[in-house]
Amino acid sequence: MIAYIFKRLLGVLPTLLIVAVLVFFFVHLLPGDPARLAAGAEADEQTVELVRRDLGLDQPMHKQFMRFIGGVLQGDFGHSIRTKRPVIDEIADRFPYTLKLTLAAMGWSVVIGLAIGIVAAVNRNRWPDRLGMALAVSGISFPSFALGLLLITVFAVGLGWLPTVGAESWRHYILPSLTLGAGVAAVMARFTRASFVEVLHEDYIRTARAKGVPERQVVLKHALRNALIPVVTMMGLQFGFLLGGSIVVEKVFNWPGLGRLLVDAVEMRDYPVIQAEVLLFSMQFILINLVVDVLYGVINPTIRYK
Amino acid sequence: MSSAPQVRTPASEFWRKFKRQPVAVAALVFVLLLGLLALTAPWLVPYDAEDYFDYDRINATPSAAHWLGVDALGRDIFSRILMGARVSLVAGLVSVLVGSVLGTTLGLLAGYYEGWWERLIMRSCDVLLAFPGILLAIGIVAILGGGMGNVILAVAIYSVPTFARLVRGNTLALKHLTYVEAARSIGASDWTIITRHILPGTVSTVVVFITMRIGVSIITAASLSFLGMGAQPPTPEWGAMLNEARSDMVNAPHIALMPSIAIFLTVLAFNLLGDGLRDALDPKLDSSR
Repeated sequence: MIAYIFKRLLGVLPTLLIVAVLVFFFVHLLPGDPARLAAGAEADEQTVELVRRDLGLDQPMHKQFMRFIGGVLQGDFGHSIRTKRPVIDEIADRFPYTLKLTLAAMGWSVVIGLAIGIVAAVNRNRWPDRLGMALAVSGISFPSFALGLLLITVFAVGLGWLPTVGAESWRHYILPSLTLGAGVAAVMARFTRASFVEVLHEDYIRTARAKGVPERQVVLKHALRNALIPVVTMMGLQFGFLLGGSIVVEKVFNWPGLGRLLVDAVEMRDYPVIQAEVLLFSMQFILINLVVDVLYGVINPTIRYK
Repeated sequence: MSSAPQVRTPASEFWRKFKRQPVAVAALVFVLLLGLLALTAPWLVPYDAEDYFDYDRINATPSAAHWLGVDALGRDIFSRILMGARVSLVAGLVSVLVGSVLGTTLGLLAGYYEGWWERLIMRSCDVLLAFPGILLAIGIVAILGGGMGNVILAVAIYSVPTFARLVRGNTLALKHLTYVEAARSIGASDWTIITRHILPGTVSTVVVFITMRIGVSIITAASLSFLGMGAQPPTPEWGAMLNEARSDMVNAPHIALMPSIAIFLTVLAFNLLGDGLRDALDPKLDSSR
């Protein structure tokens, strides 16, 4: 098992490195002079030159890259152009909010998605299946920003049950996490159903039924474990979807997380923040996929020995 | 007496299975109608979508004069939705077509030649897929600048790796089949084998995936406009319209509701059509599921 984890870890290193190179070149692909951007529109030539030297932009490319990677490894992403604070501090302030929101959304959407998928598969082609799948296809077709605005209109403005924006209490998490998780729940439901339908056709399920195992146990013990294998992979991919989705949802709910920070940074052309966020988001995604791969190996031993 | 028994071609088989699914047929009709409406929108709209302002009816709810109501600037929402269909459909279709052509080409090359070609292409795809969700598109827009053209390009690049992976998988499976071996043994060139024998074998999967992907692309493009990075006011793009409507959510929720419904119905139709095409083209699913 250790060898398997180690092999997977080695496998992601090249991807991580290439992502870092791309993010490094991001600054140099931006239209205009990054030193001018950092110094501000009103700065004179002398100040721009000072900023250029200060940021190391006068150095040859490979030295700049080494400096960038060295900084990243020590958590130094430079200073935000907008707030002048270290980028790492900006991110540290916002990260917990995005993490909690993502986890809340993932938690409920996996439970609901699995439940709908299992109920639909067990009642295939009957009304629970049709209702569940109609809900699911609607879930993947409704854009999150529209759903968020709709939920705010109904539950916050109309009924007054829940707060509109902000992140102070657990009640603030309900609407954003519902918005963020709806698409994931829908994908999970469709995927679980497909996987379950396949498993329910297997010989060992017929054997279990033939020897008189109660249907409940057949579904929850024999079928579920086997049906979960592809579902776990899907969960990992959906995590990436959530990370990306949080960017939009945070804008809708004015959520003080990383997504809003990124949108503001793009608007203000605050490139050190954009750079750090793109790198962090993708690193998170790569690591989550690694964890999923390892989990996959735990659930399905045949994978490990390939 | 009926005429001679029909010849069962792949196309007729597909149509036989497709038309048995009323939901998918309805989705196809909806998509075709929407396309027609979008094409003829400039002649159909009752008011100018950008330059007509009815200051007496600001935030008015639907009425005979304004079927879907009036927005905060006095513009007719129905006209804006109809013209917006052009923007959203073009964004969805063009970005997916560009992404699928590039992705399919790369996938064919990677699957057919293997070796370092494959490693290079697939490693690049891994890197592109390492950016979660719309982050890649946001990064591209941050470099290129906002605007619908750049959004379409960003969404196209975002689609390339998924198509490349799909087609590479198909190509790897197809190239070892007997008919491909046979073509090679009679001296067919690589180009002929790829374009005449492997590509047709993977087209049905690609078409299904294109249909499914159009919905995702419409949502991604609308999301970027909602974030203020795509279409700019006063362009009647659905995502941008929703962004503009945010400030009037309390006193005029219908302004946000109309473009939401438009996006939802359009994406739903493409998704249902994709499901229907998949079920009709997948031999494994024939009547047993």
